[in-house]
Amino acid sequence: MKTLEKPVQQKPEGKDGGSFIKSLVRNQIFIPIAALLILVIFNLVADPSFFAITLSQNSAGYPILSGNLINILDNASELVILAIGMTLVTSASGGQDISVGAAIALSGSVVLRVLCGTESRPETLQAPIIVAFLVCCLVAMIFGAFNGVLVAYFKIQPMVATLILFTAGRSIAAWINNNELPIISEASFGYFGNFIPGIPVPTPIFIAVLCMIIIALVLRFTKLGLFTQSVGINSESSRLNGINPEFIKFITYVILGLCVAIAGFIKVSRFSTINYSVVAKDIEMDAILAVALGGNALSGGKFNMAASVLGAYVIQFLTTTLFKFNVISSALPAYKAVVVIILVVLSAPIVRDKIASVRKKLSAPRTAVKEANR
Amino acid sequence: MKLIKNADGTSKKISDQNLLLTITIAVFLLMYICAVVFLGSGFLKPQTFFNILNENAALIILSCGMSLVMITGGIDISVGMLTALVCMSCAVNLDYNGGNVLTSILIALGIGAAFGLVQGYLIAYLEIQPFIVTLAGMFFAKGMTTIVNATQFNVANEEFQALKSTRITVPGMGSYNKLGNYVPAYVEIGVIVALIVVAALFAVLRWTKLGRGFYAIGGNSQSANMLGINVKRTKFLAYLLCGILAGIGGFVYFLHVGSGSPSHASGAEMNAIASSIIGGTMLSGGSGNIFGTFFGVLSLSTIKNIVSSLGLDDAWWTNITVAAMICLFLVVQSVVLSRKNKAKA
Repeated sequence: MKTLEKPVQQKPEGKDGGSFIKSLVRNQIFIPIAALLILVIFNLVADPSFFAITLSQNSAGYPILSGNLINILDNASELVILAIGMTLVTSASGGQDISVGAAIALSGSVVLRVLCGTESRPETLQAPIIVAFLVCCLVAMIFGAFNGVLVAYFKIQPMVATLILFTAGRSIAAWINNNELPIISEASFGYFGNFIPGIPVPTPIFIAVLCMIIIALVLRFTKLGLFTQSVGINSESSRLNGINPEFIKFITYVILGLCVAIAGFIKVSRFSTINYSVVAKDIEMDAILAVALGGNALSGGKFNMAASVLGAYVIQFLTTTLFKFNVISSALPAYKAVVVIILVVLSAPIVRDKIASVRKKLSAPRTAVKEANR
Repeated sequence: MKLIKNADGTSKKISDQNLLLTITIAVFLLMYICAVVFLGSGFLKPQTFFNILNENAALIILSCGMSLVMITGGIDISVGMLTALVCMSCAVNLDYNGGNVLTSILIALGIGAAFGLVQGYLIAYLEIQPFIVTLAGMFFAKGMTTIVNATQFNVANEEFQALKSTRITVPGMGSYNKLGNYVPAYVEIGVIVALIVVAALFAVLRWTKLGRGFYAIGGNSQSANMLGINVKRTKFLAYLLCGILAGIGGFVYFLHVGSGSPSHASGAEMNAIASSIIGGTMLSGGSGNIFGTFFGVLSLSTIKNIVSSLGLDDAWWTNITVAAMICLFLVVQSVVLSRKNKAKA
């Protein structure tokens, strides 16, 4: 079905050349921008003080910026980093990784295990933080590779393959630390999830920006983006063109594993401890939503990284807005669902075609003249 | 080995679909025998088996719905939270709004049908990906549950309690306890409902035009379309049926636990998916068997029982073994599928 549909979709591209691609990109990033604008306007009308940013001092006496906007940027960091990896996975394999939440718990658990060694509440760190970070990256990438092998080489549907880690991830995380909840008292560990003394902007924002720059450079200077999209659009024809589709799929899962490690590291650094069953709960759903909100097809193929990242910020913006209006956290999903449904219905190809045909009818006389001139 | 007669009278080797079903049943039997051998005769008592049924009646119904949409090549991850919503709504209806059992059953069916209608319309007619639609459905049900009532409470309605404690004794399956008294084996009403659902769905899938349509659109929706099957309507009906089954499953769950809570049936959608996979339903669509799903649920719960009886009571061991089992089945399916593709080529 996919292979039959794709050429039809691509036809206009060949006809109109570059301008169509441009308008398509504009079209795709239009959804998250429009959603963001609606949220901003809504907040401006409801309560302009939402956007206030104040400079205050934290308990240690260092200046910090606070305010809803800073909160949004700060809290969205993990989601943005995950959305980057999830976009690649979605594009290449036409499926989503639902194990990222569990994998974050797992990588966070690894960080604590390395830092704490055998004690559960060490006075000093048992290993340098960089070592813990590298070990955590390695472990997360191994688990990413496990998913990747199942998806790419065993040809199991991504959602089902990642269901395995989704089920077992948090349990393995608890197992790594013998079901104890280690707490790190060392202040320098908290820098990565909170503030570095003297810098008023939360560190996760910098980490997220760094990740965005890295992925932008990778997509600009390597063929990764091109290859993932071609594998996603038609893996058989990309194989005939000399790309190894299995390896491309595999590598996107490993990259997602790396993203998970970074997100997990930020997550444990925020609290200096971990709660296996709660940490990063439902974040996989938000990450998938970010990809979908960015207008990327969840069935794979073309992707727009900037739109995904923007989608992640929109989700966090929505969450913060809802909190602002005193929606209790457990009722939050219902409102989120309504927004999501409206967005996906508006961006559904069929609805778009209908809107376009209505528009065409309205401007029919003009096009008729154009056709005649041609 | 079982041989299957083709239409022209020739017999061929067991088909892949039946192979998967055979593997599922064999694994279930093997696991049960292991349980009996290693964990003693507790598993030999019929009541142990019936308890597995009692506890998993709702999951069986949910898994049947899940298998149905998986056969059409889709997925419905809203069923778990839908169960929680049904429990809470029924509980509030019974205790606070003066409802009776009949109204609560209607509410359960209504909620399920409403979710099925909306999700089915969005998926089938607006062609939005099932995952994202049912994800939104899951979020919506999750949020609505706490909006209906945020805290857990037990239902005190007498009529409901009477229904809840109704036990159907199974003749000839009882056992003698340590005092030498005869204890009859029993099942709850939910089990009967679940068995009826399994039988009905099996019949629909095997012998009706609609049922064959589900397989056809899951296998290849374009050729199904060319064969004159209304793909959109069939897909819509699959999600509608799944929603209604989730409503029924929700009520059965409610009947088993007798309380409303936002944390009820959390993760049930994943258990349902896992059961379907273990039962030989492929997520790529076009193949699956309701009996397989039934045994999938039983296998899943047997392994959970074994793990908890082994003294590895820690919840994480259960999850790890379940995950390992899903992994095993997926790899087997994958091998079967690639073998089939090779045979075709």
